[in-house]
Amino acid sequence: MRFTRRRFVQATAAVAAASALPSLAQQGPIRLGLMTVKTGPLASGGIDMERALQQYLQEKNNTMAGRKVELFVADGGGTPAQTRTKIQELVERDKIHIMIGPLDTASALAADDYIRQAQLLTLSVAAAEDMTQRKPNPVFTRGTSTSSQSAMPLADYAAKNLKYKRMVVIADDIAYGHEMCAGFMRVFEDNGGKVVQRLFPPIAVPDYGTYLAQLKTNVDSIFLGFAGSNGFRFLRQANEYGLMQKVKPIGGMTALDEAVLRNMGDEALGIVTSCWYSAEIDNPINKKFVEGFRKQWKYDPGFYAAATYVEAAVLDQTLQKIGGKIEDKQAFMKAVRSGKFDTCRGPVQFDQYGNVVGNVYIRKVARKEGRLVNTVIHTYPNVSQFWTYKPEEFLKNPVYSRDYPPAKNLES
Amino acid sequence: MQYWAIQTLNSLALGGLLFLLAAGFSLIFGLMRIANLTHGALFMLGAYLGVSVMRQIPNLWLAALAAGVAVAIFGGLLERLILRKLGGNVLGQVLVTLGVSFIIADACLLTWGGDPIPIQTPASLQMPVRMMGFVFPAYRLAVVVIAVVVAIALYLLMDRTRIGAMIRAGVDDPEMASAVGIPVSKLFTTVFCLGAALAGAGGVIGGPIMSAYPGLDADMLPLALIVVILGGVGSLLGAFVGAFITGFVYTFGVALLPDLAYVILFLPMILVIAFRPRGLFGKFAA
Repeated sequence: MRFTRRRFVQATAAVAAASALPSLAQQGPIRLGLMTVKTGPLASGGIDMERALQQYLQEKNNTMAGRKVELFVADGGGTPAQTRTKIQELVERDKIHIMIGPLDTASALAADDYIRQAQLLTLSVAAAEDMTQRKPNPVFTRGTSTSSQSAMPLADYAAKNLKYKRMVVIADDIAYGHEMCAGFMRVFEDNGGKVVQRLFPPIAVPDYGTYLAQLKTNVDSIFLGFAGSNGFRFLRQANEYGLMQKVKPIGGMTALDEAVLRNMGDEALGIVTSCWYSAEIDNPINKKFVEGFRKQWKYDPGFYAAATYVEAAVLDQTLQKIGGKIEDKQAFMKAVRSGKFDTCRGPVQFDQYGNVVGNVYIRKVARKEGRLVNTVIHTYPNVSQFWTYKPEEFLKNPVYSRDYPPAKNLES
Repeated sequence: MQYWAIQTLNSLALGGLLFLLAAGFSLIFGLMRIANLTHGALFMLGAYLGVSVMRQIPNLWLAALAAGVAVAIFGGLLERLILRKLGGNVLGQVLVTLGVSFIIADACLLTWGGDPIPIQTPASLQMPVRMMGFVFPAYRLAVVVIAVVVAIALYLLMDRTRIGAMIRAGVDDPEMASAVGIPVSKLFTTVFCLGAALAGAGGVIGGPIMSAYPGLDADMLPLALIVVILGGVGSLLGAFVGAFITGFVYTFGVALLPDLAYVILFLPMILVIAFRPRGLFGKFAA
């Protein structure tokens, strides 16, 4: 092929056009990816994530800061490998600007290196502690909470307000359960309480009967660190064994989620749990959210629905502040981490590690208009992932786990 | 003392549940030499169908019956329309049953949603039983009784009836059985229906303990495999003994060695495979 002047002009024009594309693209829609779960055991929460996000977009007429928002939804099935592949697909095929998700801790950890490599702006729902602690990621921000962020205030409440002295902790044998129990135990014991027994049943345990027979009953309460359907199954079986008459349990942020509550009976009444959200929070944004969600789906939004609704609000308000220029990743993340946002869970802001600082609510199950709800009985304002500990000292310790902090008061 | 009594009862209850789950699996495996990997999904389908029936007629036993019949029909169609076409191709059949189990799981998710749905315990069995100073859920004791009744019924069916004799002949030597005029083809469908019915009804009976939730299928299938491999393929007695051994090993294993919760179920299975590949009462190696 001979290189003529005409070809040279054509080639130059093509290069010029290509380099002009980014500025043209800024006029185009914002491409938002939702990495959720629509199949398998975690699907219930994942479907709620999509429904709530759709609702937010509908309310805003699919527009944020004057730009249209185009939503791409991917189903990771709750498995780390599939989630990682789907995220890659969202980035490379759908060319998303920003991702909300993924749902579960294991998937978030598996996708971490790809998120870093692709510099993908991420508003996470998953709770893995270290992703905003010892291994922070400059493009990763979490508007929900770490595993223990809601459990630590509950431990404070249990020790100070409920005056509990001796407790049992039981949780799923996964990182989420370990981290939650560790945070609970640390704060409870720092406030003079004693955790006398600690049990981690496998997540797919066929039957809790064995564990129920082992539980100590000479304690003030039992902390439940379950996720998904396990809290629901545990409570039903505990009730059958007559345990609920002896000891009233308290629970972490997913043990008695609205999604589980709507299928439960009177055995759940009066149980105290803590979470950064409740469908009963009294603020205008939440009222509108719950009303809209109830109208469309006939049930109360819970943890997962609120998660994407919160993240969407953070995204929306950040975009308004930076004039919709999501292409400038650094400016976007700076605006997220320095901003204050009004969301359905109350006001939130972010710490320098990218994790949310916001209210945590102590809730109690009650019956209202025939259905079970989590009524808010106490609010801990502006809770950080470090609770009241100094971040530097907190980060010097190993990450919360099955063995850290060590249990000092276990009785055999 | 109380603790040991409760754990013993727990073992029996879990064993009963496992027998209801594994009996059908063992029957199908024994006669057709197919590891029917839809078994967990059929168990779950039964549980969900039970949920739907109980919304109309709140009677657990009726729901178990209805779910058993419905799942049996489904199993029959599956055998006639799909597995039959793959006759002789064992690997193909196993893969198809696995595929069908995924389809069932997603269809259940689509139909009944992703939330765990409780199945109500019959009112007469809701109160815990008090004995020797401790309480135990009455329904779990009922499950043990049901398992024993089902075991006896199956034993009578296999040992005392003509069809039972034909099934036993088919298990022992399928070629010879068809050579002497036993309609092995019809027998296959019948046994598949029976196995599926046991799974479906088992799902409903297990419902008040397990609830119906997505993932129930994957939780139950390995348990069925363990019981059948332990007890021996194609042996009803094997499934019965295997179920209760598994119940005891699991319950006491988890209680005494909590850190081994994940492997405790597989240890007896490994030992049995190492020293007795046919299982405790099996006629041939799995």
